[in-house]
Amino acid sequence: MPVIDPKALRPTYDVVIVGSGAGGGQMAYTLAMEGVKVLVLEAGRMFDPASETAMLHTPDMAPLRGEKTPDKQYGFHDASIHSGWDIPGEPYTNASQDSKRRFAWWRQRMMGGRTNHWGRVSLRNGPHDFRTRSRLGTGLDWPIGYEDLAPYYDKVEMLVGIFGASEGIENSPDSSPGVLLPPPKFRAGELFARDRARRLGISVVPIHRAILTRAQDADRLPAKLHPGNPKAQRLLAENMRLRLRCIYATDCHRGCSIKAAYDATSVHLTPALKSGNLDIVPNAMAHEVTLNPAGKASGVTFFDKTTGMEHHAKARAVVLAASSQESVRLLLNSKSNRFPDGLANSSGKVGKYITDSVSSSFSAQIPALENLPPHNEDGTVGQQVYIPWWRCREQEAGKLDFPGGYKLVLVSGRKMPGLSAGRGYDWLNERDEILFGRELKEDARRYYGSFQGIGAQGAMAGNEDCYSELDPEVKDRWGIPVLRFHWKWSDAELRQVADQQKAMAEILEAMGGRFNRRPETADPLKAIKQGGQIIHEVGGAIMGTKSGESVTNAWNQAWDVPNLVLADGATFPGTADKNPTLTIMALAWRAADHLMDEMKKGNL
Amino acid sequence: MNPSEDPQRLNRRVALGWIASATASIPMLESLGEAAEIAPAPRGYGPDPDVVRRYSPGDLWPLSFTAGQRRAVIALCDIVMPADDISPSASSLGVHDFLDEWISSPYSGQAGDRKLILKGLGWLDAEARRRGKDDFATLPKSEQIALCHELAKEAKTDSRKFPGSFFLRMRDLIAGGYYTTPEGMKDIGYLGNVPMADWNGPSPEALRHLGLEAQE
Repeated sequence: MPVIDPKALRPTYDVVIVGSGAGGGQMAYTLAMEGVKVLVLEAGRMFDPASETAMLHTPDMAPLRGEKTPDKQYGFHDASIHSGWDIPGEPYTNASQDSKRRFAWWRQRMMGGRTNHWGRVSLRNGPHDFRTRSRLGTGLDWPIGYEDLAPYYDKVEMLVGIFGASEGIENSPDSSPGVLLPPPKFRAGELFARDRARRLGISVVPIHRAILTRAQDADRLPAKLHPGNPKAQRLLAENMRLRLRCIYATDCHRGCSIKAAYDATSVHLTPALKSGNLDIVPNAMAHEVTLNPAGKASGVTFFDKTTGMEHHAKARAVVLAASSQESVRLLLNSKSNRFPDGLANSSGKVGKYITDSVSSSFSAQIPALENLPPHNEDGTVGQQVYIPWWRCREQEAGKLDFPGGYKLVLVSGRKMPGLSAGRGYDWLNERDEILFGRELKEDARRYYGSFQGIGAQGAMAGNEDCYSELDPEVKDRWGIPVLRFHWKWSDAELRQVADQQKAMAEILEAMGGRFNRRPETADPLKAIKQGGQIIHEVGGAIMGTKSGESVTNAWNQAWDVPNLVLADGATFPGTADKNPTLTIMALAWRAADHLMDEMKKGNL
Repeated sequence: MNPSEDPQRLNRRVALGWIASATASIPMLESLGEAAEIAPAPRGYGPDPDVVRRYSPGDLWPLSFTAGQRRAVIALCDIVMPADDISPSASSLGVHDFLDEWISSPYSGQAGDRKLILKGLGWLDAEARRRGKDDFATLPKSEQIALCHELAKEAKTDSRKFPGSFFLRMRDLIAGGYYTTPEGMKDIGYLGNVPMADWNGPSPEALRHLGLEAQE
């Protein structure tokens, strides 16, 4: 089964999946490798990371030195195509005009979805993150615990290939022995930060990222991941051998032509296609999940973007993995007599409890890093170390004025210069003019790579003020009603950001940092990043223990429609101080296993 | 060859036939502002460009500096980033072409810079005429540099006030355009972007500089 035109659709499939990113890719992989006949609908075009990645390109090879434009909103060499905050003909709206109450929605319209351009940071949620309400009295508990997901975290990490270390840190779980690949060495500035942060009792440890620092063990892992399934083992082993290890050059956001960095196309969809059990229709804009007379999902209606024609794909089960809010939109647009307010929405909870990473940043110039003897600091290009949340105990004892922790990500090093290189030094000297000429060249040599940035990303509990609904009037270019967002940061997030700012300043001060502004501790609303800006939004079809309070059960199945599964971030009952992608994949694998069990039992 | 006399470039612009709208080193600043606005709006590269291809300024949309503007920008490039023992001058790396691409961009993100820079270049020429020369490019180098120091002082005092704001923006774009070339990267000490079988962390010299022990 291959990449097909809608005219070549089979009469029916076992499962149709909307979306080809982390969730859809994992679903398609797990199901197809086990013999389930799967169709994936992707709204974007096919994308080949091997031939379409700007490996080793420098900014001077790109128009405008590769700077962001409305056409390439993460920069010219970034992997994202047909993607962005604003896509012509595909609007969304916000209920508020207040810039602090507006949500920014990134859409990724290409095969592999957002897995093409993320930083590959792959952290597990910890045990506390599943029981926010029981532990801190706020937000929502998940219907599952860490122990339910831990085996799936191991499996995803082995499949995808994740570097990192097991550090024994509270609520930042270790992986099983032999699962993680070795982390890269620390950069000079990272070692310096570790040394100085230690004096504050704060640990700087290797981050976890989906990058191969060693070749995957193609002789051992396939048997662990697909016991009793020699065909799947063979296909996975073949695919693992197609992947090379990191060459320590080129930002992963551009994609990875050697497949050292994970993306769904290279890791999930390629072996799944070779299984013969997967069809993919690209350029397929899904707009409705259809129901049969018995009230079960019967398939998905979509527009072929290349012809404008409408098609219907039939299946025994439907999986939505279109990104959390796109899946919400599909549910709300799938109205019927049985579900007048949108499919699977008898609880009225579809669109509710959207959360995102609570984020702010701070930076300083570090005199100790000036005039560092030049050496290659690319490493795995991007983040290599982070500070996991270090105050779980204080928080549990009620000593902090906000619930939920945050992690700090360190950004430093002698990175490939971009257009901002050579500026930003004027505040470092007492001269009465901005520098140019030989003096500027000397300053640039002195200060390049001497800046330390820190980014905080924290937990957010679901609340009643952050949700999406259908806009009553606005439609997209295909006539599909669009989402309208409501957003409001609560005091919990604002107090967290004040604390982030204070902590980041303390760490930078411990490094001897010089600042050109003060941390925003008094007015955190100035520092907090916009909702959606971190592109970690989840929720909108949350999982729970009761049907009236949530949209899916603990297996990602819609309470109202058991053969409808949500496999992206929509089911998250909250955001942890971890990036969501790894958890999306682990939940998707678990949901796929359960879906197959239910199909075998004839329960669907 | 003097890059401002590159015949290919002139031909391309002439062929495009809209040089007249931007020609003017008209002394009146208001007119220059308008000239910037009536420049045609060519299209961008779209949401799905070939990112693997290598592009040069002028490949995707026409460049639009007049010959006079180009001479002034070349002079500024080599004042902001002159040649020294370590690296060549900005104009020898074609940074002025990048600036032309930048101000000729069809995207909204560069529209403000186009207006500011064309206005600033006009201001420089007017200032040169006040000093008895035809334009900025024909001022003796020492006077060009002296004028830049005046602007650099104004920029430090108030980065938003014209013409200091113009000089600051030019300075930043020239420096950024410079350090994004292989020669500029070498100058600043960027040694990455080299495929390697393994990456061994910072050099012993770098660790000594920081007073840190070698990694285990």
